[in-house]
Amino acid sequence: MIVAQQKPVSDLKKMLDGHHKVLAVGCGTCVTVCFAGGAREVGVLATSLRMAGKLDGTPLEVDETSVQRQCEVEFLEPLAERMADYDAILSLGCGIGVQSLAERFPDKRVLPALNTSFLGRPTEQGVWEERCQACGNCILDLTGGICPVSRCAKQLMNGPCGGSQDGLCEIDETTPCAWQLIWERVDRQGGLDRLMEVQPPRDWSASRDGGPRRITRDDLRLPHDNDDASE
Amino acid sequence: MLVSETMKSGSNLERVLAAGHFAVTGEIGPPKNHDAEIIRRKAGLLKGLVDAANVTDNQTAIVRLSSIAAGVILVAEGLEPIIQMTCRDRNRLAIQSDLLGAAALGIRNLLCLSGDHQSHGNHPGAKNVHDIDSIQMVAMVKAMRDDGAFQCGEDIPGGGPPMFVGAAANPFADPATLRPQRLAKKAAAGADFIQTQLVYDMDRFAEYMKRVVDLGVHEKLSLLAGVGPLKSAGMARYMRDRVPGMIVPDEYVARMEGVVTDIAKDDKPARTAAWRAEGIAICIEQIEQLRAIEGVAGVHIMAIEWEEAVAPIVEGAVLGPRPVVPEENVA
Repeated sequence: MIVAQQKPVSDLKKMLDGHHKVLAVGCGTCVTVCFAGGAREVGVLATSLRMAGKLDGTPLEVDETSVQRQCEVEFLEPLAERMADYDAILSLGCGIGVQSLAERFPDKRVLPALNTSFLGRPTEQGVWEERCQACGNCILDLTGGICPVSRCAKQLMNGPCGGSQDGLCEIDETTPCAWQLIWERVDRQGGLDRLMEVQPPRDWSASRDGGPRRITRDDLRLPHDNDDASE
Repeated sequence: MLVSETMKSGSNLERVLAAGHFAVTGEIGPPKNHDAEIIRRKAGLLKGLVDAANVTDNQTAIVRLSSIAAGVILVAEGLEPIIQMTCRDRNRLAIQSDLLGAAALGIRNLLCLSGDHQSHGNHPGAKNVHDIDSIQMVAMVKAMRDDGAFQCGEDIPGGGPPMFVGAAANPFADPATLRPQRLAKKAAAGADFIQTQLVYDMDRFAEYMKRVVDLGVHEKLSLLAGVGPLKSAGMARYMRDRVPGMIVPDEYVARMEGVVTDIAKDDKPARTAAWRAEGIAICIEQIEQLRAIEGVAGVHIMAIEWEEAVAPIVEGAVLGPRPVVPEENVA
């Protein structure tokens, strides 16, 4: 899932400077599950912002709502009739949610309340870790189901580097060495020969390096969409 | 564009190794400014004592004068450079381009590195590259040289740059059991030589080398063991206790502490002199021990910011004068 983290209230206060009435919009999907931008977090953040405004003499009206999926425009429709009331939208969605709102409401300022952090999963209560970089060219078959693109600090394809110590990465004492995990797991499964092959340089064009990405599925497109495409 | 039938690069280091001599390399850290005099002074301290000298590339992710530029200064000073290049700061276009430039400027040795992570350097907010890794860099440079081809497969007009291709190895990193295999992978990628991290724990290094020899890796490349003189008892303790991946046996720490027991604490010059003499003595002993280990083709002396130590070490270990090997003498 997409894992996000709320920006500090002080940052949001600065961002909202000059605004009087905003709509805080939560999202019911990934950011709800990681406790960053669901209906509950919208309530807590709205209260904090109102109190902070009162304390420093810049009162801010914050209305609260939440939609099931900010990333799909259909879910944003119910917000349309209320939009005229607000100076800005404060999105508690991920970066995709923020941009969906911006595209749907082109005349409205849309502000991000979260930092979208990574694609990952909870590893224990209150801890989330990155597991995927959406590089567009999955190699988990070669690396024992452990991703060096997202989990090796140097994205090595032929790791581990000389900085691996006691199972930990050189960057800090909380990050496991992904390549130690890979070697141990693949070795345990009897696949060491595969790791002894030199992996050639990757084609990063399927990753962000190839420019903004798009997937088009003609089998799923509606007939009029196809007509547009052929024009 | 092969240099000759037998030589890959024709570098002095390659010739010395090919002639079967025990090789000696040194290391120079470029300054954090553009003062060429600093490089010339350090070159003067190593010239004639080593077969070639490494020039670090933004070592520990701290910005310093470019390794290629410093290497060109060494060439002019008559000291052969081994330029280090990390995958942290350059993508495959920049690496290949800089390599062509380095070759055009007379550089013949390259050490391929992944690079220390920038989080510990002086620009921790920098974006890193890591388009390719160090093993892929070795294979890429070898293909440029031997096949005259860029990484994309396109021909290099007139042939590739003559480079003697090296890589690093840390025998003491984890997981320890796979380190000899990772070295074998560097050999398979085409590394001509290896320089190891600092070796203090001879027993563990000997075990590592036994496995390297069992795998036959020492026949595919030349391995130079890293050594470095301890500067003080404090440095010995620091390296033992604080530097990840460094194993300094207690025996050396005790020896460094022992040489100052009869010197007054406030007599700093005498304590420093005693420590430095002992550090050099230990380094000389270590070189003698390393020479006796099968598969060790030379030593890489790292006396960063203490280049003056190289002369007494080379003399004490009877490694000088360095051999002069004309190209035609290499079979």
